Amino acid sequence: MTIKGKAYIAGIYEHPTRHAPDKSTAQLHAEVAKGAIEDAGISKDDIDGYFCAGDAPGGLWQMTDYLGLNTKKLRHVDSTDTGGCSYIIHLGHAAEAIAAGKCSIALITLAGKPRTGVMPPRAAGAELDFEAAYGATTHNAYGMCAMRHMHDYGTTSEQLAWIKVAASHHAQYNPHAMLKDVVTVEDVINSPLISDPLHRMDCCVVSDGGGALIVTTPEIAKSLKKPLVRLIGHGEAHKGPRGGKDLDLTYSAGVWSGPRAFEEAGVTPKDMKYASIYDSFTITVLMQLEDLGFCKKGEGGKFVADGNLISGVGKLPFNTDGGGLCSNHPVNRGGMTKIIEAVRQLRGEAHPKVQVKNCDLAIAHGTGGLLGVRHAASTAILERV
Amino acid sequence: MVDAKKYPAPVTNPETAPFWEAAKQGKFMIKRCTACGEAHYFPRSICPFCNSDKTVWEESSGEATIYTYSLMRKSPTGPYAIGYVTLKEGPSLQTNFVDCDLEKLKIGQKVKVVWKPTDGAPLPFFTPV
Repeated sequence: MTIKGKAYIAGIYEHPTRHAPDKSTAQLHAEVAKGAIEDAGISKDDIDGYFCAGDAPGGLWQMTDYLGLNTKKLRHVDSTDTGGCSYIIHLGHAAEAIAAGKCSIALITLAGKPRTGVMPPRAAGAELDFEAAYGATTHNAYGMCAMRHMHDYGTTSEQLAWIKVAASHHAQYNPHAMLKDVVTVEDVINSPLISDPLHRMDCCVVSDGGGALIVTTPEIAKSLKKPLVRLIGHGEAHKGPRGGKDLDLTYSAGVWSGPRAFEEAGVTPKDMKYASIYDSFTITVLMQLEDLGFCKKGEGGKFVADGNLISGVGKLPFNTDGGGLCSNHPVNRGGMTKIIEAVRQLRGEAHPKVQVKNCDLAIAHGTGGLLGVRHAASTAILERV
Repeated sequence: MVDAKKYPAPVTNPETAPFWEAAKQGKFMIKRCTACGEAHYFPRSICPFCNSDKTVWEESSGEATIYTYSLMRKSPTGPYAIGYVTLKEGPSLQTNFVDCDLEKLKIGQKVKVVWKPTDGAPLPFFTPV
């Protein structure tokens, strides 16, 4: 049993806003849903599957009602929440449901307002008394990974900076990007230290906004007017300190989700024409590229240097929308926009300055939670048919 | 070095109460599984490695080395250094480094446990030896 080729991404929509003081979070969900429905060319009443995560106000009951989904049709829902990679996991779960005949047109939404609204607190687990006082934040959790990666493999701040430089080269062509200025390695390493060894420009932006997907059967996708993009491999995985045994913060759960997805797809990292890689921080990208097998463990620094991630320049064009480092990071959850830009590349709808020629295979990969504490990872391999 | 930071009191629960009772005596406890022999932290009643319920409390030496760290340059309560240490007994755990020059921390450095008061049981932190 496989989901290979059994689900197509027929609709995508990324909200253009990065700052939405005049909108509600539920409203943003409705706007991105409307955008994806119209992009696919379907009717809202045809949706029979709905997926959302912790950013959806109230969860499934409230959102299916607020959005006015067709209660006579809606027969499959999933509110799996694995932080920023929830939507990549949803994509895989939607494909599973479609392959099993549990739904035929699935809607996945993400939206929220970390800049202009109140973010719901993250629920604590059994670790509460043993960790809460130590002030783990996104910055220092990823800082701890970077510090150890530098110690073990000699990775440098200059190498990490190349990741931001590449993202900025792409963001200059994205009219919606929050940071459109092209930056240099020197700009990055001269920006203030936030949490050692990460500088301000090693960090992603904080933005309001969201995105949505429509996932459907091959038959329905072929009846619509959009270029055909299908999911051919999917993986998910989880990692944490697990009782403190053999702690190693230099790799992520991508070491497991990646091979699962590549194996299902029957392709290898070398076959990828484009990569959407979650970029909450520069170190996030570097570790994931290694974990996914784009280079050997410890050689990520060398791999990303000298513009290797810049479209038209390097061997692996990545995050051609500018990514979380420059364009947006809706609700501090970057998985949705990773899928959307990969679909744009496969459709040939990316900005002409960053569009990869003959882009027929792409990867969208993300993590959720904190790489330095505990997290999930999910990998999707997408193909243009 | 200002260290007047107020730390939250542990909530505690039946599974972890013995840890916090020992903490009040200045003892840093870990759990060890008598079935597989592995020590773990934070404490669980069921071994996270072999799934046995034969876990027992054991006092740790409180001696450790720094696995990694990151110095948070700004926060509402000032700079602080978070990190992981690896105990002499094996398990690694998350902590903060205190009572020292945060600019001089190094991976591999030897540290030891120190306790900071809260309104309830004290909390474990680590400081260079």
